[in-house]
Amino acid sequence: MMLVDFSIDIPSGEQNMASKYETVIGLEIHAELSTNSKLFCNCEVKFGSAANTQTCPICLGMPGVLPVMNQRAVEYSTRAALGLNCKIASYSKFDRKNYFYPDLPKGYQISQYDLPLAYDGYVDYELDGETKRVRINRIHLEEDAGKLVHADVTGNPNQSYVDFNRSCVPLLEIVSEPDLRSPEEAIAYWRAVKEILEYVEISDCNMEEGSFRCDANISLRPVGSKELGTRTELKNKNSFQHVLTALEYEEKRQARILDEGGEVIQETVLFDINTGRTASMRSKEEAHDYRYFPEPDLVPFEVDAAEVERIRASLPELPAERRQRFVAEYGIPAYDAEFLTATRQMADFFDETAHLSGDPKASSNWIMGDLSGLLNNAGIEIQDTQVTPDHLSELIQLINDQIISGKIAKSVLPDVFETGNPPKQIVDEKGLSQISDASAIESIVDQVIKENPGPAQDYRDGTQKAIGFLVGQVMKATRGKANPQMVNQLLQQKLSG
Amino acid sequence: MPLYELTAHELHEKLKAREITAVELTQSMYHRIGAVEEQIDGYLTLTEEGALESAAVADEGFQRGDEMPPLAGIPIAIKDVICTKGVLTTCGSKILGNFVSPYDATVMTKLHQQGAVMLGKTNMDEFAMGSSTENSAYQTTRNPWNLETIPGGSSGGSSAVVAAGAAICSLGSDTGGSIRQPAALCGVVGMKPTYGRVSRFGLVAFASSLDQIGPFSKDVTDCALVLNAICGHDPMDSTSADVPVPDFTKCLINDLEGVKIGIPKEYFTAGIDSEIEESVRSAIAVLQGAGATIEEVSLPHTDYAMATYYIIAPAEASANLARYDGVRYGFRATNADELGDMYRQTRSQGFGEEVKRRIMLGTYALSSGYYDAYYLKAQQVRTLIKSDFDDAFEKVDVVVTPTSPTAAFKIGERTADPLQMYLSDVLTTPANLAGLPGISIPCGLTSDDLPIGLQILAAPFEEEKILRAAYTFEQNTDHHRKRPKLSSK
Amino acid sequence: MATITTDDVQHVATLARLEFNEEDIAEFTHQLARILDYIGKLNELDTTDVPPTSHPLTLRNVVKEDVAKSSYERDVVLDGAPSVEEGYFEVPKVIE
Repeated sequence: MMLVDFSIDIPSGEQNMASKYETVIGLEIHAELSTNSKLFCNCEVKFGSAANTQTCPICLGMPGVLPVMNQRAVEYSTRAALGLNCKIASYSKFDRKNYFYPDLPKGYQISQYDLPLAYDGYVDYELDGETKRVRINRIHLEEDAGKLVHADVTGNPNQSYVDFNRSCVPLLEIVSEPDLRSPEEAIAYWRAVKEILEYVEISDCNMEEGSFRCDANISLRPVGSKELGTRTELKNKNSFQHVLTALEYEEKRQARILDEGGEVIQETVLFDINTGRTASMRSKEEAHDYRYFPEPDLVPFEVDAAEVERIRASLPELPAERRQRFVAEYGIPAYDAEFLTATRQMADFFDETAHLSGDPKASSNWIMGDLSGLLNNAGIEIQDTQVTPDHLSELIQLINDQIISGKIAKSVLPDVFETGNPPKQIVDEKGLSQISDASAIESIVDQVIKENPGPAQDYRDGTQKAIGFLVGQVMKATRGKANPQMVNQLLQQKLSG
Repeated sequence: MPLYELTAHELHEKLKAREITAVELTQSMYHRIGAVEEQIDGYLTLTEEGALESAAVADEGFQRGDEMPPLAGIPIAIKDVICTKGVLTTCGSKILGNFVSPYDATVMTKLHQQGAVMLGKTNMDEFAMGSSTENSAYQTTRNPWNLETIPGGSSGGSSAVVAAGAAICSLGSDTGGSIRQPAALCGVVGMKPTYGRVSRFGLVAFASSLDQIGPFSKDVTDCALVLNAICGHDPMDSTSADVPVPDFTKCLINDLEGVKIGIPKEYFTAGIDSEIEESVRSAIAVLQGAGATIEEVSLPHTDYAMATYYIIAPAEASANLARYDGVRYGFRATNADELGDMYRQTRSQGFGEEVKRRIMLGTYALSSGYYDAYYLKAQQVRTLIKSDFDDAFEKVDVVVTPTSPTAAFKIGERTADPLQMYLSDVLTTPANLAGLPGISIPCGLTSDDLPIGLQILAAPFEEEKILRAAYTFEQNTDHHRKRPKLSSK
Repeated sequence: MATITTDDVQHVATLARLEFNEEDIAEFTHQLARILDYIGKLNELDTTDVPPTSHPLTLRNVVKEDVAKSSYERDVVLDGAPSVEEGYFEVPKVIE
């Protein structure tokens, strides 16, 4: 295969394409299913093992082996398809996709051709305050190939090396209609799909580990035209940023070609993160003829409506629905809802805290603010912290019951985070309860007024904010434990009296 | 009578009675192999050490007086298309010339469980593609009945060794007749079970929707014993039928009262050798004499079976053989510095001509623009062929035909014309396309003293009907007792 | 006679990763043409509305449980491989 570098310099800020052409993008998203074992054999699905230690004759394509379908892979695929609003095929089958490549052990991939597991779905996503919809053409299940690595193994540039640990891992392929109209839309849609797949818990969607990647098809057409232009395909990217940059570059490159009266060639392109450009993978050989035919070693699948409903019923509330409910039920702003539903675990945490404490606003503030801060510093996720919704709810209640001030609470949370002890216990142990007994504070208030005649007089003379200084002094004298509202009240009383 | 001339069921009695030991039996088999191998060249690999070990284990059981399975200590040969752990499995091809399988086929596990003794791996047409075993990359196996003739194929080695007494039973594989045709040509019993009866896990695939493993034996009783051992649902094979396996020996009764036999007129056409037709018609008369009623049936699409087979089988094979690319195991061409060259040279050097021809045919039939005209069309005709049989079996219990249109032909006689060679399978391929069980049993000799085979077919999972008819025939004739005259070394 | 040319045969050979010299291509073309000609007799049959048979048995939904079992030892897996390097299967360079 020849790599032809385009070496086209695209001046930045080129504007003419925006008015002349419409960008049309379709995505084929691949997600590895988080099953325990591979799609057709019982090797474990595990990222990061030493090369060729998670293999067996079946996933190595040895003579005489046969595939047997992993039940959970079928179930997960159905869950994903329902989460993506697809119709589930009552009859589907598998096919052989034939081609030669060193990472493809059998010389064919078991995939689905004309009768996939699911079809005709859609995903709604948000971009710039607008809700957009992308239709999903089909979803199918197939096996992943091994991994080809190059000179990094021995430094010999004439060799390549193959690791079959990934061979036969179940892969879900989600094919959209070409409904996307900009690189930003493509990324937003991709993110929305990721979120849904994470919510229905069928894939880790771990882009760094390669369990979530996409191929993008992009073409341009004159504004108003209904026909699709010639498209190029960007393969196997697993970084939102890379794809965004690559698509933006392709957009400009194609516009430049069309502006000059040329024709875009249908081909696969590679994006080079270093040069920031795409280059063509022009092959000496003909385009692939995959010679699809029904897989004789696997029998077809028939799903009945009752089974589909059972799976549908077991799905969790999906992110979009959840966000809407948070706004409606808890009265929190859309922005907060967005933050809190970033992961299913965080959404669960918020839901429970709001429910237990009866104070959704406070729950959201604490999670979005202090708790997230602690999580980020420690580099962990919300499901890994020792802080529980019970703890947070207790903390909120302690504030609302005026047992401690908000400020004191901010110092309690890190303790809960470190020790896993409930807030009440920490407050008691450290004697952090607010002093809310007026008689206890009064004498200190009197003392502070006496020691600070200047500010006291300023206040009496009309400088409202002078009271702040006096409040501060009282708080200092009580080591922060005085109930600030009460302090304020008492000072006002005594100074105006 | 020398031990090698006995059947498994006869030997079992002797072993049980401790008249002989399994080790003695195994040793005497290797002695026989030594005496005849130079003439017939049936084996590719001998596994004497392992065989004696298995025999010794069987002997322990017999000595203890344990209840021993029928195949315990029985020396069996295995077609080299079946994966045997720790033993070379070449499929008669150079491309797997050094391939030692790291796992056992399911049928091997089952045979080991019975305590059977594996003598070695037998010669075959490369990747089971052929009707004469001349396509082996290693050696030409000779028919023990006439060493200048072919033993049939593709399981020629497995058939010849049983005929020659160089194995008591053997396993072969049948995709278009590759058990039944060599059984007919070598004068032994050969059976292809219903598709799905025997696990294909560990059977190196030729045509996935047609392949089945089956036994070669000297008589129908042994055939039933091996079937008992190897049949059964296998969770490692998605196409394995989850149906109960009866005790096939229970249907071995000498009586065909009430049994309806169908004779399909399309199987007695001009292309069948007249001596063969005569022999088969006599056989049918014997069956009638045993109480069966005879009825003419029609299988109107018979004439299209070969064309159908020669699209479907090569198409599936072209994909099944894509894994032989020199990357993970087997032969890799040296001096290829670039991947594409490595693929092309490995496959072109590693595969023989017939294999390449079928890969080409299959790739063509599946390629863009031709799929509908060839592959899809063939699968549709396959439906018609199957439904012919469904209709016939509504009326009759079994269908009886000749197995092969000719007796064994001379080595080299048909190698120049592939199409001519393909036509050897014209009577056997329909059963594979329809997934039916079928047996070939010896029913006579030609005037050249070459064996003639009688084929009996039944509806899916009705092996018992076949075995009953075959057993009855055997009990009323002595063709199965005839042996080739081989000179001892 | 079915019309298959040496170009067709070369194309198919490329798809199948096989190579032939000129003489063999001519021979193969001739043989394949004869075989395809024979196969052409299927066109005598009207198969409108006849469903294709992909599997002889009408099995459905055959699955296995999602249980991870231990894989094969790497030594076993790499044993017999034509070329191995640092635990990988080595192949001549692939240009990507």
